[in-house]
Amino acid sequence: MSEVVIKIESLSKQYRLGQVGRRTLSHDINRWWYKVLGKGDPYAKVGQENERSKKAESEYVWALRDICFNVRQGQVLGVIGRNGAGKSTLLKILSKVTAPTTGQIKLNGKIASLLEVGTGFHPELSGRDNIFLNGAILGMSRKEVQRKFDAIVSFSGVERYIDTPVKRYSSGMYVRLAFAVAAHLEPDILIVDEVLAVGDAEFQKKCLGKIKDVSEKDGRTVLFVSHNMSAVKALCDSCLVLKNGKTFFLGNSLEGVGYYESEVESIASSLFHEDIKQAPGNDLVKIVSFTVRPTKNNAITVRSGIEVEVVVYSFLENRNLDVTFDLKTGGDITVFHCGCVITSQKNSRKGSYKVSFTLPPFLLNVGMYYFSLIVGEDMRVALFKLGSFVGFKVLHESDGANHSALPGIISPRIEYQVEYGS
Amino acid sequence: MNNIEAKQDNWTEVITPRPHVFYINFRELWEYRDLLLLFVKRDFASQYRQTVLGPLWHIVQPLLTMFMFLILFNRLAHIPTDGLPADVFYMGGIVIWSYFSACFTGTSTTFVSNASIFGKVYFPRLIMPLSVVTSNLIRFAIQFLLLLSVMAVSAIKGEYKFHVGWHTLLIPLVLFFMAVISLGTGIIISSLTTKYRDLSVLVSFGIQLLMYVVPVAYSLAYAEKKGYRTLIVLNPLSSLIETFRYAVLGKGTLDFGLLLYACICSVIILFIGILVFNQVEKSFMDTV
Repeated sequence: MSEVVIKIESLSKQYRLGQVGRRTLSHDINRWWYKVLGKGDPYAKVGQENERSKKAESEYVWALRDICFNVRQGQVLGVIGRNGAGKSTLLKILSKVTAPTTGQIKLNGKIASLLEVGTGFHPELSGRDNIFLNGAILGMSRKEVQRKFDAIVSFSGVERYIDTPVKRYSSGMYVRLAFAVAAHLEPDILIVDEVLAVGDAEFQKKCLGKIKDVSEKDGRTVLFVSHNMSAVKALCDSCLVLKNGKTFFLGNSLEGVGYYESEVESIASSLFHEDIKQAPGNDLVKIVSFTVRPTKNNAITVRSGIEVEVVVYSFLENRNLDVTFDLKTGGDITVFHCGCVITSQKNSRKGSYKVSFTLPPFLLNVGMYYFSLIVGEDMRVALFKLGSFVGFKVLHESDGANHSALPGIISPRIEYQVEYGS
Repeated sequence: MNNIEAKQDNWTEVITPRPHVFYINFRELWEYRDLLLLFVKRDFASQYRQTVLGPLWHIVQPLLTMFMFLILFNRLAHIPTDGLPADVFYMGGIVIWSYFSACFTGTSTTFVSNASIFGKVYFPRLIMPLSVVTSNLIRFAIQFLLLLSVMAVSAIKGEYKFHVGWHTLLIPLVLFFMAVISLGTGIIISSLTTKYRDLSVLVSFGIQLLMYVVPVAYSLAYAEKKGYRTLIVLNPLSSLIETFRYAVLGKGTLDFGLLLYACICSVIILFIGILVFNQVEKSFMDTV
């Protein structure tokens, strides 16, 4: 097993809310007095969990609380979480921009962080000068930059503008140049935070490829923070999900993404639109409602069975309509694909059609699932697609024998026989 | 499992909440020397972009100050200039004073004005004030040439004679301690302004007032005659400025006791500065 290169031990970070002012001064004096007396920090005991939308009761808040994990060499760890979950705080502490309140991090190797590309770029200086300046800020020596200069320029693809002040660059060119410098850093541990937001598709692909290269070919460790789930899934082999400053999940990245997405509010298990005009769809068909509910009980569990019902409004007359359901796991694996014919005699009418079916108990295992929906014609032409829009979570229900959830996508009840032979 | 744990005690770096009280990682500073030079280059290349006079401003500023002094202190107030031609005397004070004031104001904004860079990437924070002190050295060199030419003009007119001797060797010494004291005071102020901005207001007019309580526009001998000597020499800057003038112009007061006092003060101030700076640099991003 490869060496541990980052060891994070019960790391916490406390922030003070509100304005710095006279009150801060009194807290500082108080804190200093406790220190003189040899006591601990009086404000380290207070502080609330970091829930962004709730009104604060304490002036202090824990942006990170008791984070512990290890990263091994060559591992690509994705860090995901909603806004304010503590991702950036974690990366800031790792890149020594700010210090933790308690706990410690042990590192092995040179660390470089791309919290934002183009840090320290001076608008008046030319691209060439900025490559040297930015390289030095990121910790490269002059010689190192000189050696890699040609590679940096050709990776960035802004050769023509290399002697122009960067204030004349387009924002895309700026990011290209900045990322090119960063990509040639060659640290042992690379921290990447949302750098791919700008730049065109081709360049994004190039960046992801570079990050993959860095980890696979050179055996470097990468910490990757992103809201782009497909990038996390493609790049990372493991993943840390943060929620309100605490570790919510740590493990396989496909599973982690599933946990994260189950937290995302925008995914509804049922959507209704009183007004058909507001419903998702186009001028051919509209999807009026989509409901996923348990057959029995109140919650969807492995044993409950699931009822799925969709109401499609059709503006088309005398056509063959159909609707296709695509069920995927949180890890983007297709569970099944099922087509339902609405009309087959070229006799569709203007109005709404309700399509429903039931998934039996002991089919889906515990986890996060998503339905995609395609309304089509003649089982060939797609009229309207609704991708990964309706998600639901199958909960765990313990029975006598097994208290913990079982692995796997499906959880069938398998009939088996036991025979004894001499 | 125990074997793996035991093998891994050789961490290259440990990030902890509290910094060491007095600790400078000189090796790290040395590794980032290229960055220091690039910052100096950046400051210089970008400072006077889109100005007509460009680097000439380095000469215009002390010249205008000198003319001001000539009118104010020489013609109006008739303050004696140690038997030296007034323009030479004033320029000698102005050149070394402006080195201090530029270094001090430059370093005193280290944290606040570089927050955007410091918030994104780590490098030894001390590089920033060090680069200010270094880039002002270039500025000082230009202004020193100006001083030499003012002296030359005066010499041609027959009002002044060049004095070169062992005291010329004091110039680099004074300059070094000027850099030390300005770096020290600058980083103390910059560390404190991360939380309380009151100080940055104080600095901008404080530096103007400070110029009148050090012997820039008058000599130490004149202050002594007027009975303000003790007050003036308490400030270590005074003897540094007076010694500089003596070292370059060959006239004035040279008191080795005072010079020693100034040097010790400078070192103590820098020591305190680094102490405060170390406390602040690790977590200033949270309060700035």
